[in-house]
Amino acid sequence: MNYLTLYNNQTVSVKDIPEHGYDVFLEGNLQLLKNRPERHCVNYFGVKNNREIRIYCCIADDLTHKIYVSSCVLEEGSSIASFTVQNHNFEKFEREIHENFDINFTDHPWLKPYRFANNKYNKDLNVGDYPFYKVESDELHEVGVGPIHAGIIEPGHFRFICNGEQIMHLEIQLGYQHRGIEELFIQKSKLIERVTLVENIAGDTTVGHTTAFSNLYESLCETSTSDALNFSRTLAQELERIAIHTGDLAAICADIAYQLGNAVFGRLRTPIVNFFQEWGGNRLAKGLIRPGKINFPFDEALAKRLLELFKAYESDFNEMVEEFFSLPSVLSRIERTGIVTYDEVLEIGTVGISARMSGLSRDIRLSHPCNLYGNTFIHEPLLKHHGDVFSRVQLRRDEIRQSIEYCKKLLENIPQFHKPENILFVPGEEKFTLSLVEGWRGEICHCAITDGEGNLKTYKIKDPSHHNWMALAQSVRNNEISDFPICNKSFNLSYCGHDL
Amino acid sequence: MVSFLLIILASFVFIGVVVRTKSIASGRKGPGVMQPMKDIIRLWRKGAVYSKTSSFIFQMAPTIYLASILLAIAMIPHGKLPGIISFDGDFVMFAYILAFGKFWMIISALDTGSSFEGMGASREALYSMLVEPAFFIIMGSFALFTGYTSFYDIFSTLNYGPYISYLIGLLATFVLVLIAMIENSRMPVDDPKTHLELTMIHEVMILDNSGFDLGNIFYATSLKFSMYGALIANLFLGAVPLPISIPSFFIIQFVFAVAVGILESFMARFRMSHNPQFIFILTSVSLLIFFGVLLVLGKFI
Repeated sequence: MNYLTLYNNQTVSVKDIPEHGYDVFLEGNLQLLKNRPERHCVNYFGVKNNREIRIYCCIADDLTHKIYVSSCVLEEGSSIASFTVQNHNFEKFEREIHENFDINFTDHPWLKPYRFANNKYNKDLNVGDYPFYKVESDELHEVGVGPIHAGIIEPGHFRFICNGEQIMHLEIQLGYQHRGIEELFIQKSKLIERVTLVENIAGDTTVGHTTAFSNLYESLCETSTSDALNFSRTLAQELERIAIHTGDLAAICADIAYQLGNAVFGRLRTPIVNFFQEWGGNRLAKGLIRPGKINFPFDEALAKRLLELFKAYESDFNEMVEEFFSLPSVLSRIERTGIVTYDEVLEIGTVGISARMSGLSRDIRLSHPCNLYGNTFIHEPLLKHHGDVFSRVQLRRDEIRQSIEYCKKLLENIPQFHKPENILFVPGEEKFTLSLVEGWRGEICHCAITDGEGNLKTYKIKDPSHHNWMALAQSVRNNEISDFPICNKSFNLSYCGHDL
Repeated sequence: MVSFLLIILASFVFIGVVVRTKSIASGRKGPGVMQPMKDIIRLWRKGAVYSKTSSFIFQMAPTIYLASILLAIAMIPHGKLPGIISFDGDFVMFAYILAFGKFWMIISALDTGSSFEGMGASREALYSMLVEPAFFIIMGSFALFTGYTSFYDIFSTLNYGPYISYLIGLLATFVLVLIAMIENSRMPVDDPKTHLELTMIHEVMILDNSGFDLGNIFYATSLKFSMYGALIANLFLGAVPLPISIPSFFIIQFVFAVAVGILESFMARFRMSHNPQFIFILTSVSLLIFFGVLLVLGKFI
């Protein structure tokens, strides 16, 4: 099978993407992935054209930095063999295609609804009809948590099948929010509207998603990205990573009722998010990253403030981390809890921390670098091998330290921002662009396809949570049900990133 | 009567002191020591909401629970003054009147039909059951030590002769503090602050309670704490006159509350499956007390 090879943020003509019959498409892509842990599917989606559906499959190769794109045209309502039977990475992608376009995968292991979006094919389906996995046994009991969360976060339903305190099976069902982000993207044609939408895909990954969109849009409109823009995007990404990781450490402490850790890590997160406020006027970095420009250029005064802030941060952070990792009561809670093995993460196809915790090296900053990654510094992915809560906590600790080093390196050379002449963003006609960014949670993939007049025809978003929710469901098996919250917090996945 | 009033007085501020200690330990100022009591009074002035699926058991249980604890407190002496109720073997009734209150809470949790509350009820029942031997071995040892079988007689005749008997008092304090922590579902067995239903024990049982009933349950926790504080105080007060024993009583309660706050600030809670092992430690320490008593009395070796 021939495929089109492109690099991260490269724009190609849609016509150049080879189109195959489904059998060739299926066999060829599976062959590409077979026994190649460095390759994984970053996006697999359909685009509707009258009664025809064109399916695109994008496979990224981490070693060669290339992305292989191929496509296939199907009739609406057709019944075909599934990828999932041979490669579980496609499980959710195929459920989504089935839900939106009524394509029936004959040998898919479980073709249940994916997210109950408004653009689904069968409008009669609603959340209440969701087919939960059931076990007929007098000994086992079911515990349902949600969809209304006891705290303040988003809706999701978790159905546990337990034997006493032990979890046998967990089924996670999302899709209670129907935001229709991808359709709004097509309807709203102003750049400011689109950027605002992107900022709200997942509130905790504002920088990650806006960077992916800005990189993509600049490439699609064939404008160059200046050094100052690359600088601010790279710096903001690393700062976001530090802030969220620190907040996660605080939340993990809260879940094991370790009050000191919760108080100290919680306090340490604040100055970092406040720095975003100082820089761009918003603690979540909304309004900071924009295609083609930056409204809040970074300067020497901010750099000085950031270095002071790191100095204060590091001493407290190191002290607290030392205390945390040497406290027996903490270690007994997090060691060997919620294990996902290397084979399991490979099969699920997790990305980001959820892959690196089990020794699977997946990091876009090294494999498909954009902005200043691979330029000012070469990223070295940090790996852990046990795949338990302890590994995920260690990974956060180490990544915070690494990100601080990267920020310091970036601050050595601050490029000047010159406001460009009023540049016009006109996307090319019949173009295809794919943008990959390593958000703090993992790989973010945005894909755009334009029509003959240069309007957006499809904008496909894939948040890292898309893959990683399954890893959470696997991790709690055979654990105690009371350890679920800490497993959940150690993954810290996004509901809205999934529900779009 | 004196003891009853003192325990009620101490219960007003006990949780407040715990919360304040935790706040200071985490670098915050924290609410005033009366705040938990004010919250309870606010709850008492509210009406309760009952689910249609629950029966009279659910409505009665919180009141019975509070009443059982008040009754138990009535049996506790203060130094040389007996409790309101005092008879031979009253500590057996003390233990089972508390168990009676807890039994009502457990069946009321089951009455709601919620899968969470059933889980919490089973955990609470298990831990209470595991705590029971420790309490009886301690009280039995003291009965053997003094030759009496009522709280009043035991505590008023308890005096530490040889040095080794001080060790008995110290160990008994340790066990009573931990029994209080487990019975009140505090750290390290349970976390009263958590919002996670799946890890709760006591908190998850009272998810459906509201208003007046919830106030009763919260107040019962404060009372239980100061009740165990009073038991600990009794281990050391002996037959000293009231002007000395009353201040010492409050000092012991205060130290107990601060100790609870510090314990809760600087460690993480246990994994649920480690809790039974932890509770068995109490039984083994109370066995140590028992052998200590045998040693002191010369019945051993």
